[in-house]
Amino acid sequence: MSRIHIKGGHLIDPANNVDAVTDLWIADGKIQAIGKAPEGFTADQTINADQQIVCPGLIDLSARIREPGQVHKASIASETTAAAKAGITTLVCPPDTDPVIDSPAIVELIHLKAREADMSRLHMLGALTRNLDGELISEMHSLKNAGVLGMSNANKPVPNSLVLRRAFEYAATHNLTVFIRPDDIGLSNKGCVHEGALASRLGLPGIPEAAETVAVARHLELIEQTGVRAHFSQLSAARAANMIARARHDGLKVTADVAVHHLYLTDIDIRDYNSACHLIPPLRSERDRDGLRNAVKLGVIDAICSDHQPHEPDAKQAPFPDTEPGLSGLDTLLPLVKRLADENLLTLSHAIDCVTRLPANILGLDLGHLSVGAVADVCLFDPNMSWLVSSGNLHSAGHNTPFMGWEMHGRASSTLINGQLIFSSDND
Amino acid sequence: MSKVETQAQPSQPVKLRPGNIQLDPQGKLRHFLAIEGLPKTVLTQILDTAEIFTASEEKKFELLKGHTIANLFFEPSTRTRTTFELAAKRLSADVLNINISASSSSKGETLLDMLRNLEAMHVDMFVVRHGSSGAAHFIANHVPPHVSVLNAGDGSHEHPTQAMLDMFTIRQHKPDFPSLRVAIVGDLMHSRVARSQIHALNTLGVGELRVIAPKTLLPAGIEKMGVQVYQDIDAGIKDVDVIIMLRLQRERMHGAFIPSEQEYFKLYGMTETRLALAKPDVIIMHPGPINRGVEMDSAVADGNHSVILQQVSNGITVRMAAMAMAMRNPDGSSAS
Repeated sequence: MSRIHIKGGHLIDPANNVDAVTDLWIADGKIQAIGKAPEGFTADQTINADQQIVCPGLIDLSARIREPGQVHKASIASETTAAAKAGITTLVCPPDTDPVIDSPAIVELIHLKAREADMSRLHMLGALTRNLDGELISEMHSLKNAGVLGMSNANKPVPNSLVLRRAFEYAATHNLTVFIRPDDIGLSNKGCVHEGALASRLGLPGIPEAAETVAVARHLELIEQTGVRAHFSQLSAARAANMIARARHDGLKVTADVAVHHLYLTDIDIRDYNSACHLIPPLRSERDRDGLRNAVKLGVIDAICSDHQPHEPDAKQAPFPDTEPGLSGLDTLLPLVKRLADENLLTLSHAIDCVTRLPANILGLDLGHLSVGAVADVCLFDPNMSWLVSSGNLHSAGHNTPFMGWEMHGRASSTLINGQLIFSSDND
Repeated sequence: MSKVETQAQPSQPVKLRPGNIQLDPQGKLRHFLAIEGLPKTVLTQILDTAEIFTASEEKKFELLKGHTIANLFFEPSTRTRTTFELAAKRLSADVLNINISASSSSKGETLLDMLRNLEAMHVDMFVVRHGSSGAAHFIANHVPPHVSVLNAGDGSHEHPTQAMLDMFTIRQHKPDFPSLRVAIVGDLMHSRVARSQIHALNTLGVGELRVIAPKTLLPAGIEKMGVQVYQDIDAGIKDVDVIIMLRLQRERMHGAFIPSEQEYFKLYGMTETRLALAKPDVIIMHPGPINRGVEMDSAVADGNHSVILQQVSNGITVRMAAMAMAMRNPDGSSAS
């Protein structure tokens, strides 16, 4: 294990209210000291962090890594490496791989591949129902023992409320958090864009806001009744965020996240069928985007994720409704989150909190902070480095991003996981 | 990652998409994908060109001799395909009819592969009908400069030649658009024809445009497309000059969007009694094929206010006009 001195960086550690230029001392995979060197510390490696932000490694609550099942799109090796190069030290993969993460064997397989890749940490959510079919509850206890951090039915809503209730009860029995991407399948009805004037003009089947709000209401009722710990994933409608704020006000302990692109883009960005903007949940109105931004500011939405879904080019080369939904988001997560501070929506410390301590808390992981003794997952980035999003610049195997051509400010320069320097832009 | 990239960059977001792919740099029709986005001058030119073909004693023209037009139909169609074929032949083009059922296109060949193959056969123009909205745009974005694309209907988006033949028919009877009050009745939710008609009528400056349907058949935010929305047909057709009835697909009749065809006919079907509420010289149109007794009575469909068969004849000359205007030379310049 190397002994590392990160010298003269601007340390931002929201968990400990640190926001100052100081030194960080790392050994045995852990943070040894902040500020002055511990007695007798001799560094094998000194990283000059002058003009750099030093913060906990980012934690992404939703990233498809496409393996097993769709290795023509991306792989565990490609995406955990891309994550490390983007300052993301922990990824959480939803259970809709192929096969579905509904047995300990699949969890083992993914863990094994991630260990082989030896880059960013890869965690999983297990399937709430067997094969995500929404009919039979999964072996949650075995999945938990195999290492899943929570249960989810990914983008496949459970239509039967009785099955949902029992799944929640069983998850609560095993102290598992359920992750819910709220969608009423009847109302979303195979839509591909936000229902509104743009969808009508383009003749595209719309997904009404109510597809999300009706699902939030239904899930909130069952969360309250069953007492399960629950997290809402990738909200897209401002009214859904308001419903969560009200539920919290009434004492229900629920958390929520938003995909960072929903804080920037709206359905107007689809313009003339831009398939890079074919996303589920869909990009909604300006009112929704502004409402979601406000919910992040107020802390109603705790965390921000990438909702990373890499694709091969062919997946987006077809008439809009026939393309596959999703964007490649690992590379742009850090600069887009930082941009919320540049635009004065959040302080930089709050912005970093949304991708470090807060998601760690949701997952129940002792990560996302730089306390003395904590696991040394660290991200260094130059906040002023500008770069243009282009195919040649992306580390993910998927280049399907609606931010192509945007100028970004901030990119990871060094990433440490478990106290090891696994990425440095000097060697890249 | 080197820091060489830390230089002044273009302001963002960079617009990678062209402004209007339907027009060439001279403002001439390049592709005919949608009415939306085309200026009044181009629409009027299509109508005027169709007028010339209609008025001519000649039946056949040599305008597109040596050019090849492929009718690429991913959805079954008899009338639209036939009129496009006839229009191409009357312009002396070589015509290739390709019907692609959903099953054969799902066997792995992508749409782009298919286009590349056809381009290799030196096709100059694609007439495309596809079940997905945006299909014609997608194809137009992927063809070389000498190939043009005509949209023969994409999903629920647009069907621009149908709308132009409707405009042509209206103009034959009532040439002063600003003085007209027009009503479109029926399934606006799923109708590509209606969207094209709305854009065309507004671009040509129609005096008042109304849409009439139950809420289940109205798309969200339709009022933003420049129309007055009515649920009550009797109020909606009062004093109108033109009534356009839309076709209601069978699969939407039984409980999904309306409870039954009987109830629909009772509430929205066109009868002679109802027609009396409109202007005395009202014309009634339908893109066909008509469900008699659902959208309208036979007495109305075959009555003296009906111009439905004229619409069909006009379909040929309007499509000839669009084809002649959009056809390109091998160097990409306009062939007309």
